Amino acid sequence: MSGKTLYDKIWDAHVVGQDGEETILYIDLHLIHEVTTPQAFAGLRDANRRVRRPDRTLAVADHNVPTEGQGLGVDAVKDEEARLQLQTLGQNVAWAGIEFFPMGDIRNGIVHVVGPEQGRTQPGMTIVCGDSHTSTHGAFGALAHGIGTSEVEHVLATQTLRQRKARNMLVRFVGQPGPGVGPKDYALALIGRIGTAGGTGHVMEYAGEAVEALSMEGRMTLCNLTIEAGAKAGLIAPDQTTYDYLMGRPAAPKGGAWEMALPYWKSFFSDPDAAFDREIEIDVSLLEPQVTWGTSPEDVLPISGVVPDPESFASEDKRAAAHRALDYMGLKAGQPISEAKVDRVFIGSCTNSRIEDLREAAAILKGRTVAAHVSAMVAPGSGLVREQAVEEGLDRIFIEAGFDWREPGCSMCLGMNPDRLAPGERCASTSNRNFEGRQGRGGRTHLMSPAMAAAAAIKGHIADVREFA
Amino acid sequence: MRPFDKLTGPAAPLPIANLDTDQLIPKQFLKTVTRKGLAKGLFYDFRFDFDGTPKPDFVLNQPAYQGVNILICGDNFGCGSSREHAPWALLDYGVRCVIAPSFGDIFYNNCFENGLLPIRLPAEEVHALMDEARGGNHRFSVDLEAQTVTSPSGKVFQFDIHPGRKEKLLGGLDSIGETLQQAPAIDSYETARARQTPWLEKAS
Repeated sequence: MSGKTLYDKIWDAHVVGQDGEETILYIDLHLIHEVTTPQAFAGLRDANRRVRRPDRTLAVADHNVPTEGQGLGVDAVKDEEARLQLQTLGQNVAWAGIEFFPMGDIRNGIVHVVGPEQGRTQPGMTIVCGDSHTSTHGAFGALAHGIGTSEVEHVLATQTLRQRKARNMLVRFVGQPGPGVGPKDYALALIGRIGTAGGTGHVMEYAGEAVEALSMEGRMTLCNLTIEAGAKAGLIAPDQTTYDYLMGRPAAPKGGAWEMALPYWKSFFSDPDAAFDREIEIDVSLLEPQVTWGTSPEDVLPISGVVPDPESFASEDKRAAAHRALDYMGLKAGQPISEAKVDRVFIGSCTNSRIEDLREAAAILKGRTVAAHVSAMVAPGSGLVREQAVEEGLDRIFIEAGFDWREPGCSMCLGMNPDRLAPGERCASTSNRNFEGRQGRGGRTHLMSPAMAAAAAIKGHIADVREFA
Repeated sequence: MRPFDKLTGPAAPLPIANLDTDQLIPKQFLKTVTRKGLAKGLFYDFRFDFDGTPKPDFVLNQPAYQGVNILICGDNFGCGSSREHAPWALLDYGVRCVIAPSFGDIFYNNCFENGLLPIRLPAEEVHALMDEARGGNHRFSVDLEAQTVTSPSGKVFQFDIHPGRKEKLLGGLDSIGETLQQAPAIDSYETARARQTPWLEKAS
C-alpha cells in the first residue's frame, strides 16, 4: 500500500462521517464577503437555522467596495445596490456574532489577503469561501477551495461540507528562474500547457525546488491561479518559510500553543511513496516572462511570442474560441505580443496585491514615469498592506511615476465597483482572469506579473521587464 | 428545491469552449441580495448591445429558440467564478438542463443545489446533439431516472451521474437538513478536534 499525499492527510483529518457516496468534511475556517452570502443568511433565517460556529467564520467587505473615500463609511457608497449588499453583510454578521472587518477598518481588504495576513490561515486546515480564488490559502498546506452560495449556507449551518474526494495531481517546478520570471509566470506557463480544464477533478500539489524557494506571498500567487487551471485546490507542503511567516501574526498560536501546533503542522506532507494520479514537471529555467493574448487564462505566450493563428488549434471549439478571442482583443495572428499598445494598467487583486507585489512593481517604476497615454492604478490588497507600503515609501514611487494610489479591495479585477475598463481599452493587469468583459464590458485584459505590468505602464505597450534590468 | 425527473422541450446549441460564469452572468447582476429575477442578466453581453438592444444573431434571441429549457454547450462550461448566480439565472430564464463535454467543478456542484441537471457526454455526442438542435423548434427529452437524452430524430444517449446526486435531484432534497441529521457526529468531531488543535478554538 502506497503512502498518503498531503491532500489525503488533510482530508482524513477532517472526515466527520459518510452519507452514501458523500463524505461530510469538517471546515476549520469559513471566510465570507458581501457578494455571495446575502442569500445564504436569508436561507438560514427562512429555515429557522443558526450559524453553528461564528468563531470559525471571518467576514470582510471587498468585492464591491469603492477604492476611494472608504473612510466616509458604507452609507456614503454611491452605488445603491452595492451599498445595500454591504449593509446587509453588516446586519448578517451582527445577527450571527461573526467577526467582521468592515470597509475602512485597516484590517479589511481582499479576503484572500486578509486571512493569511491575520494568521487565520494555517497548515492542515480546511478553508472555504464563496469565491473561487480561495485556492490561494493552499500555499500554507491548507485544503482551500471556492464554494457556491448554497454551500456557504450549508457551512454556516453545519460547519461541514458534503464532498467527494478529488484525484491527486503533482506539479513540480524545477530549476532556477531567470531574471524577471516568478510565480505568476510559473502559473501562467502551467495553465498555458494544460489548459483551463487541465486540472478539473484534481487537487494539485506544487513541489520542486522552484516552489520551495518561493516566499509565502509567491506561493499564494501560484496557488491562487490553481482555479484557472480548473483544479479544485492547490497545495504546498508547509515548511520553515511557512512557519516564519505565521509567527507573531494576530491569530497564530503563541507560546505553548505554538509549540503544540508546530509538530502538528509538520505532519502535513506527501509521503515519499505517495501515488499521484497525474504528474507534470516544468523547468522554470526555460521560462520567459509570460503574458496572455486572448480571453482565457490558457491563452498564454512568452513575452517574445507572437499571437497564434486560430487555425493552428486542434479542435473546432478551440478554433472558434481563438477566432472570437482575436476579434474581441483587437489582435492579429502573427503579431508580436509586445506590440500591443496598452491604455490602462492595473496592479492589484487577490493574485498580486501583497507587499512583495508592490515592491516588485515599485522597483521597476522608481525614477521612471508612466507613458503619457496610459492610465495606471494600484489597489493594495488590504489596509495593512497599504500602510506597510506607505511606511516603505512605495506610495511615493507609484504616485511620482504617475499611478493612481487607491484604497484596498478587489477593484478592477472584476469591476464590480466603479473601477472598470471602457469598451476597447487594453489593460496590462496583475489579476487572474482575462475573460470577455471581466474588467468592464468590451475591455481587453492581458494578465502578467506586477513587474511586467510596471514595464508595460512605462513603455505604453506590453514590454519585456528584462529590458529594465 | 424543485425535484427534477423528466424534461421535454427545445434546446439551443452554444458551441463555445470555456464559456465562463462571467459570460453566464456579468458582474453588474451580482449586486443583489435575493436569488430572484436574474434571467435579465443571463448571457447579457451575448444577448444585448451596449445600448440594451437585443442582438438578433445570438441564438437565444432567434424566434426559433424561444422557450428553450435545454442548452447544449462546449467544453468546460461554467468555468471560472464560483457565483451561484449562474445557475440561478439559467433557472430563472427557464433552462433546467445543460449538456456539455465537461463543466467547471464549482458550477457543476452549484447546479445540484438548485435542481438544474448538468449532463456530461462525450464531445462527439454533444456535437451530434448540437447538429440536431440547429434550426430550433425541435423537441429533446431528458429522463433522469433512465439517465437518457433523446434527440428529435430519436437517438438515445445514455449519461452517467453519481447515484447520490441523482437521488438528490429526483427528490429535490435539502442538503442542510440531511447533514443536520448527523449533528451528533459533528458534535463528537468538534470535541475531538478541540483536543487536537486547541489553538484554533481561541482564534478569535
